Amino acid sequence: MKALTLPESLMQILSRLTMRFNIFANVKWGRVSVISVPTIWLAIFFFIPFVVVLKISFAESAIAIPPYTSLFEWDPEDAFLAIKLSFANYIYLFEDTLYIEAYWSSVKIAAVSTFFALIIAFPIAYLIARSDPQKRILLLALVVLPFWTSFLLRVYAWIGFLKKNGIINETLMSMGIIDQPLALIQTDLAVYIGIVYTYLPFMILPLYTALEKMDITLLEAAEDLGAKPFQSFCLVTLPLAVPGIIAGCLLVFIPAVGEFVIPALLGASDTLMIGRVLWDEFFLNRDWPMASAVATVMLIMLVLPIMLITNRTEHKEGAK
Amino acid sequence: MKRRSIFLNTSSTLGFLFLYLPMISLVIFSFNESKLVTVWGGWSLKWYGELFQNEQIMTAAWLSLKIAFITSTLAVILGTMAGYVLSRMGRFRGKMILSGWIAAPLVMPEVITGLSLLLLFVAMESVFGWPAGRGIGTIIIAHTTFCLAYVAVIVQSRLSMLDETLEEAAMDLGAKPSSLFFLVTLPLISPAIISGWLLSFTLSLDDLVIASFVSGPGSSTLPMVIFSKVRMGVTPEINALATIMIAIVCVGVIAAMYQMRRQAKLTAQFK
Repeated sequence: MKALTLPESLMQILSRLTMRFNIFANVKWGRVSVISVPTIWLAIFFFIPFVVVLKISFAESAIAIPPYTSLFEWDPEDAFLAIKLSFANYIYLFEDTLYIEAYWSSVKIAAVSTFFALIIAFPIAYLIARSDPQKRILLLALVVLPFWTSFLLRVYAWIGFLKKNGIINETLMSMGIIDQPLALIQTDLAVYIGIVYTYLPFMILPLYTALEKMDITLLEAAEDLGAKPFQSFCLVTLPLAVPGIIAGCLLVFIPAVGEFVIPALLGASDTLMIGRVLWDEFFLNRDWPMASAVATVMLIMLVLPIMLITNRTEHKEGAK
Repeated sequence: MKRRSIFLNTSSTLGFLFLYLPMISLVIFSFNESKLVTVWGGWSLKWYGELFQNEQIMTAAWLSLKIAFITSTLAVILGTMAGYVLSRMGRFRGKMILSGWIAAPLVMPEVITGLSLLLLFVAMESVFGWPAGRGIGTIIIAHTTFCLAYVAVIVQSRLSMLDETLEEAAMDLGAKPSSLFFLVTLPLISPAIISGWLLSFTLSLDDLVIASFVSGPGSSTLPMVIFSKVRMGVTPEINALATIMIAIVCVGVIAAMYQMRRQAKLTAQFK
């Protein structure tokens, strides 16, 4: 009996070793391919592009195709690899006030628009959440419908409203309220209107979801306990709507910060927004390295913090 | 209570007016005989005729429709895979990374996505020789990448609402993973896939910024043509185009509403 145990245990050790080293033994190929197809696609077309942007932000602009210098120079004779990193773009970015002002004014414009979108969206969301189911579907459809129509054409519609001989000015003049057309288009005001208008559905829908979940008996309880409508709104409704408010504000603020189309069509030539600066750097100045540096800083200063915040709130929600 | 409802009704009516007046004005002025926006020259279909004779707009519209069709189909395939992987395949290495890559395109400013993809295409061309030049192909790749994130999110949320017992029953009865997916899961998530396809189609059809970066000479999409025309001033043909788009969307939304009501009635009957 004893003679048998040795080879048996040896076999066991051997098979365990092969199991350990043959990592493909347990792999289900179907599973692996389903996981890897979308992952590889996003790795190539979403992640690697940022690496390329980062790399080119350290290059210098050049008159060539493509219009930037190479970071690596390989000299085959001396077997010498020279890596040239130019920090000039970043230094210029922080020295020239244009860029800092553009970042700052994008944040400001986005924040103010988000605030007004919240104020306009709240009563609409509240009304929808409190109406009966038949009416609710209709009102929700009315909110969602503009979202499916072209964003560009909806911004365009405002040009007709706001321009010098546009609908608002003509109406006010024919009513005799003003005798000179107001400067409405190509102002910061027009940019605010455009952002609030295009992103309003993004604010209404999360607010509606939060308000719809609210238990209406809580309001009745507050009323029974002697709270005035305004008090019960501030102390009951508003706190319960906070998740919706946060979600809605992020959904408006984030895309508004990087907005290009609205300031380009409705804003003045000196309405600085960082999306527009990047666009001009790329298309007008053809300075690809500078555009890349603007994008890198935008990513680090604006996008990453926001993503970290959303991640954290999601984890908190999940913990609950 | 009464005073509050008056306040609610007025403020939300004003809100809806704010949402709809610009669109309504586009529709009305598309039938205006006069070229001036504010002068009413009588009803006319003139601008619709001009729109369909405008070769630049028509070529661009056809190109955009083709791109949107291919994009949304690709995005639905890849996005459904990603959504399924994230919600049904348990833990695997790189799951956090994949879910991050799904969430990130939704908050990424378009200018950054456009610039980074263009730089990638240029770098790839100089290293691999592919893609040779830019055009429809690069626009489709760029659009698919951000649309697939939307599809993945929709599919994922639908899957998380689904009752998993149906899939478990199929597995207990001996269904292979592939037939489990195609015979049980896919029919159950088909509403999410349809809305994901439609959303991708609209997003692709509407995108100006990313397409401007990654398109090449001779491949101007519809938003690019509209943008360059609009920058020069208000053009009534664009009003006619907007009206056609709004009409199509209205029909779609009404059909979806009708479907939702019918479904609500059906479930009410079963209860």
